[in-house]
Amino acid sequence: MKNKFFSIFIIFAFISVFIIFYKGLQDTNLYTPETKINNEIPSFSAELFYSNKIVNSSEIFELNKFYLLNIWSSWCIPCRQEHSLLMDLTKNKNIEVIGINYKDTKINAKNFLNEFGNPYEKIIFDKDGTKAIEWGAFGVPESFLIYNNKIKKKYIGPLNNKIIKEIRFTVK
Amino acid sequence: MKILKLFFIIFFIFSFNHLKANNEIMKSKITKNLRCLICQGQSVYDSDSEFANSLKVLVDKKLNEGLSEKQIYSYFKDKYGEWILYDPELNKNTYILWLLPILIFLIGGAIISKSFIIKKK
Amino acid sequence: MLYSVIGYYSLILGLCFGLILIYFSVKNFQNYQLLDNKILSFTFLQFFFVVISFLCLVLSFVLSDFSNETVFNNSHTTKPLFYKIAGTWGNHEGSLLLWLFVLTLFILIFLLRSKKQPIKYKILTLVFQQIIIIGFFVFLIKTSNPFNFLYPTPEEGLGLNPILQDPALAIHPPILYLGYVGSSIIFSSALAATSLNIVSKSWASHIKKWVLISWIFLTLGILLGSIWAYYELGWGGFWFWDPVENVSLMPWLALTALLHSILVLEKKLILTSWVIILSIATFTLSMCGTFLVRSGILNSVHTFANDPERGLFILIFLFCLIFLSLLIFFFFHKNNKNNLTSLFWLSKETSIIVNNWFMMYFLSVVLIGTVYPIFLDVLSSQKISVGPPFYHKLIIPFLIPFLLMMAVGPKLKWIKSNLKDKLYLIILLVISILLSFLIVKNFDAKFLLNTILISSSLYLFFITLRDFFIKKHNNISQNIAHFGFSLLILSILFNNLFSTEIITNLKVGETFQSENTKIVFESINQEKEKNYQSIIGNFSIHNSKGKIENMLPELRIYNQPNIVTSEADIKTTLMSDKFIVINLVQNQDYFNIRYQVKPFMIWIWLSVVLISFAGLMSFIKKENEK
Repeated sequence: MKNKFFSIFIIFAFISVFIIFYKGLQDTNLYTPETKINNEIPSFSAELFYSNKIVNSSEIFELNKFYLLNIWSSWCIPCRQEHSLLMDLTKNKNIEVIGINYKDTKINAKNFLNEFGNPYEKIIFDKDGTKAIEWGAFGVPESFLIYNNKIKKKYIGPLNNKIIKEIRFTVK
Repeated sequence: MKILKLFFIIFFIFSFNHLKANNEIMKSKITKNLRCLICQGQSVYDSDSEFANSLKVLVDKKLNEGLSEKQIYSYFKDKYGEWILYDPELNKNTYILWLLPILIFLIGGAIISKSFIIKKK
Repeated sequence: MLYSVIGYYSLILGLCFGLILIYFSVKNFQNYQLLDNKILSFTFLQFFFVVISFLCLVLSFVLSDFSNETVFNNSHTTKPLFYKIAGTWGNHEGSLLLWLFVLTLFILIFLLRSKKQPIKYKILTLVFQQIIIIGFFVFLIKTSNPFNFLYPTPEEGLGLNPILQDPALAIHPPILYLGYVGSSIIFSSALAATSLNIVSKSWASHIKKWVLISWIFLTLGILLGSIWAYYELGWGGFWFWDPVENVSLMPWLALTALLHSILVLEKKLILTSWVIILSIATFTLSMCGTFLVRSGILNSVHTFANDPERGLFILIFLFCLIFLSLLIFFFFHKNNKNNLTSLFWLSKETSIIVNNWFMMYFLSVVLIGTVYPIFLDVLSSQKISVGPPFYHKLIIPFLIPFLLMMAVGPKLKWIKSNLKDKLYLIILLVISILLSFLIVKNFDAKFLLNTILISSSLYLFFITLRDFFIKKHNNISQNIAHFGFSLLILSILFNNLFSTEIITNLKVGETFQSENTKIVFESINQEKEKNYQSIIGNFSIHNSKGKIENMLPELRIYNQPNIVTSEADIKTTLMSDKFIVINLVQNQDYFNIRYQVKPFMIWIWLSVVLISFAGLMSFIKKENEK
């Protein structure tokens, strides 16, 4: 009888392992961390791009409107694709676009903005990339939709038309 | 028995020999334990990606601010989740992870010793 | 093109032969006088058609036939010939063809070399092997066809990732598969022997050669993978406990345990159930590993495109095989109860059982560490990483008693050893286990742990060395293998403890000075090669003794695919390796330089070669015994 119990146990164990592996296959395998919705935005101090002034993060996001924080750099190819969409977004009065210039030189960044346009109300100069990490970003491009000092949504990768539509809808 | 005594003497001598961890060593230790999130299977220490380099700078900053190793780990866990750490911490999620191999070892030992009759000479 | 058609239909033929073989074997199982020739011919034909198919794929790569989808995805006209050929198995579909090659080759050789074995046993082994082979044929043809047509034919291919264009990595799959896939024959024959209830001393003696062959190639295959990682990946390490590495290590651990258990079974009719379980487990682990790395369920450095549909197929196939083996084991295996009780505790059999006990522990650590994140993710949506610190913390303390047992075990006699002069060995074992637990629990005194580790490996080192010179030639292969292992642990320990590294940013012309090293960034050179552009940094390294070393690390910018790789310059001597690598820093005009001095690197490789060599010696000795 002991043998039979043992064999039933083994069979049960294997069936459960099978189910777990099966389910594991179904899940997406991109290890993206849980987008923490409704989290407080990080508090930090940073240098502004044009004025070189040091400001506190709370000063940037103080108004009662939506903000789109966009992490970009001149050497990032996908950033160029999304840039025109950002320019379009500036026409919307309910949302302000803030930029974090990531690991860039001011000369290259200025050239980029001259060529493709400047959609940013303010730009934070993040030379060593540490400010982006404060936001929990991996790299460029990434964007955050912010309202009332809370992160509403995080977009990894370049923005596309679908996302812009979604943003427009949300900020109405 | 002499050997036993010798072992304990060496044991105590060495236990007082703490290596003083300065920032560089601590930085290496921490960055080796952090996973580079945009690389395929590399630690922040080994990787040269933008993300890894920024992380190294940040670890440096935090160390200079006086944060302990544990505080730095929890800072990054807060931003990116537990999977940025290579050393799984012992919490309710990982009890099985750490204890199951030990359990298997003990069960193996039990099975073996049960099947034996130890004959003394 | 023509080759794709031939290749594809050869596969279909191979599959047909598999079905024919099963049919004939089952039909004529009772009347087995006539069978032998037909079966042998069909097995040969099946192998023959797999070879044809394989050659067709190789030719398609060599001729850059981009009407073949696999060639298009993985090759490029500017690739050097050697890598065009190696590209055949450097992708998912081609590597499965390699699986089939080894599977059919091994069963053919098995049938050819087992003339003296009972015929029913041979037939059953064939049947079980064919189940695996047919499974793979179906998998290949249905989900991973290497001969898919692309129309219109593209002008150029997508190219092979340049970090894969390395000689060590080119031969790594074939060598690894000979071991990894070769364990299939052990699986099949163990199932056959169980069904016929002939798991005995003579069976163990027969299967031992196969275990050895599989083991030698698996050891070498893992070595090649590590060598590639060291030379190509540019971070100066050779083992990272990455899922892919773990997946090759697990069958190796099971196979080594099996090898030791077979030694016992050869002499005495005990541990039969355990040997069967291990034989099944080894190949199961190989299949499981294939599942883990090809289905995309794990995030790792592996090259193959991840596809859940394929993953599902392998998963179902794997569990069918497990289910089948469990069925056979529980149904047919007759347990002889009076097994271990007749064992004396201080004997060679016991030390081998203890060895297996530890090997299973190490196996469980690696297995659990690799698959636990999957389980946690599915059951509670939490994502964690399990990396080197986990494996080190759980494995290293247990290595100490393990090493000591390796020193003592072989000295024990079969059946019974006396306690004279052996008491000190036992006391040392108890002390080392207690101490290692105490240390890991209370102190972070790595210094002490390392001291004990080094002393236990040195103990093994000296004992095996002494045995070698006292000319105990009755078991020289075991002696060399254990010696090689002690050398491996010692080299890794010293490498870990005494490696130094300098990381700095330098512009051309700048110098870095530390206590005893000066690095001068002399100049930079740009060259254009066949399929990449190269930037070579010229460095002169001055050490404290006044010796100047000139090193040339390189950056390669490939056009197809668009990747930048860093080629380290490594100067190897018997005592240490000097390792330098440069990296571009985004938007800056300086480079990031990493310079490492790594003692005893080459001994790590040599000790593994020594271990495989010992296996080879054992194999040759067995061959000559006949």
